[in-house]
Amino acid sequence: MNELPGDLLYTNDHEWLRREGDGSVTVGITEHAATSLGDLVYVELPEVGQDVDAGGEMAVVESVKAASDVYAPIAGSIAAVNDELADDPEKINADPYGDGWIVRMTPSDGLDESELMTPDAYQQLLDELDD
Amino acid sequence: MPFIPHTENDTREMLAAIGAKSTEDLFDEIPAELRIDHLHEVPEALSEMEISRLMRDRAAMDGSPLCFIGAGAYEHHIPTAVWDIATRGEYYSAYTPYQAEASQGTLQTIYEYQTMITELTGLDVSNASLYDGASGLAEAALMAVRANRRVKTGLILLAPGVNPVYEHVAEAIAGSQGLTFEWLPVDATTGNVAFDQLPEGRNPVAVVMQQPTFPGTLEDVDRLTDWAHAEGAFAIGIANPMTLALLKAPGKWGEQGVDIACGEGQPLGVPLSSGGPYFGYMTCKQQHVRQMPGRIVGRTTDLDGNPGFALTLQAREQHIRRSKATSNICTNQGLMVTAATIYMSLLGAEGIAQVGRKSHENTTRLVDGLCAINGIERLYEGPYFHEVALRFDRPVAPVLEALAAKNILGGYDLTDSAGTDALLVCATETKTDADIDACIAAFAEAMG
Repeated sequence: MNELPGDLLYTNDHEWLRREGDGSVTVGITEHAATSLGDLVYVELPEVGQDVDAGGEMAVVESVKAASDVYAPIAGSIAAVNDELADDPEKINADPYGDGWIVRMTPSDGLDESELMTPDAYQQLLDELDD
Repeated sequence: MPFIPHTENDTREMLAAIGAKSTEDLFDEIPAELRIDHLHEVPEALSEMEISRLMRDRAAMDGSPLCFIGAGAYEHHIPTAVWDIATRGEYYSAYTPYQAEASQGTLQTIYEYQTMITELTGLDVSNASLYDGASGLAEAALMAVRANRRVKTGLILLAPGVNPVYEHVAEAIAGSQGLTFEWLPVDATTGNVAFDQLPEGRNPVAVVMQQPTFPGTLEDVDRLTDWAHAEGAFAIGIANPMTLALLKAPGKWGEQGVDIACGEGQPLGVPLSSGGPYFGYMTCKQQHVRQMPGRIVGRTTDLDGNPGFALTLQAREQHIRRSKATSNICTNQGLMVTAATIYMSLLGAEGIAQVGRKSHENTTRLVDGLCAINGIERLYEGPYFHEVALRFDRPVAPVLEALAAKNILGGYDLTDSAGTDALLVCATETKTDADIDACIAAFAEAMG
């Protein structure tokens, strides 16, 4: 597994979150999540404009062996979705932190980082899972 | 002696492993008021000899009447080969297998079934079947809510020709999941939907229509499908598969075709059998396949490049996705589907068309004869397939009783749903001219 990007925040459920310059955040799933699911065959995306709660179900990623919910790491509304995943869901496997992004959100409040994990904390979680 | 593979010792060890005192403890979370701890009304066990006798006696009570009842289940000739093949050891199981080791023959049979049903309904994909036509409507409505995500009303509008039993069942299954079912207005002359009274701006998630309708008429499904799409709704088409070799396939209704088709598969090789088991079919457009409930068999290529069959798109089923599965449909009517597949293979498209044509001719002979009797006339104008609603000038029940005394089931009493003294009659290809003439004569006498 490659090293975790240091500029992202993470969740227990293996989502990542990047703060963008305009105040929005980009969300995807981590390489660990993508690898565990296997080759993705389908991504069900939310609708732009939809409001989601922190921890709420936001998207579904499906591989040949499992379909898993992607949870919103923060409360907010969906500002954009990665439409390219409709035809090419394997982008998530190939580039989970780049082209494989899933949604862009506008946070409803300020970003409460205490609910999220730093790269070090998430790495520790992955290490524990390995044991 | 019941077959219980583990010993008392095994049970004790298993309970100890999970820290439970008794088997009874395992059911603790079911509230006491919901539990039935007696089975007084269940009789004592019977011997094989006694149960055989009981079943023979019960079966004899059915008799072998001349049946002119349709109303959702239809008596068709089933070639002997159908059940002779379906009950072979290789096929004889009620379940579609879950496991990857399912035999290629079983999987191919389901695959062939799916192919034939998609051809009949004119849509892209079929699942491996559902329980029956009525629960099929509930599944189609729930699927429409999942797939037509833009619409949040949960409102399902039903054309007046939808089988009323299907509405009851769909309401029972889906009514507690935020869906509401409402009837569209009926045109009293045609029995079909009243196009000049269609509600505007209700924002339905789906519009359901049936062809032929429950009272036997032919709905303008092209126009109704287009109206559904113009309202932003899915179009759900219920069709009797036996009619589809002659009538337009749901996938061709209107400009775009319906989004989901479903219905009762019983006419395809399954006996009436006092109401079941039957099976439901469901097909849809390709883009909705991931919201379709139930199992799907796909064709693939193995490592050596040979064609093979495999269960596919299983990730959304309950054995993997648990409570978040697209549906809690966990199996289907595998044996009925096997029979239907054999039936369709033996008849072919032309055979199914012949059955439909002959049924239409027989029904015409019956209806013409009945309408020549004083006090009987067509309830609705317009064309029909193999079933017709008739208006009577008197209560229908005593007339049906008089016919029953002559071993004739004269039709389905439509009085409650039609709101007037009315009867629904059907003569399939199984009836001879002599049968039909005997039926007409019996009505004439009873009405005399």
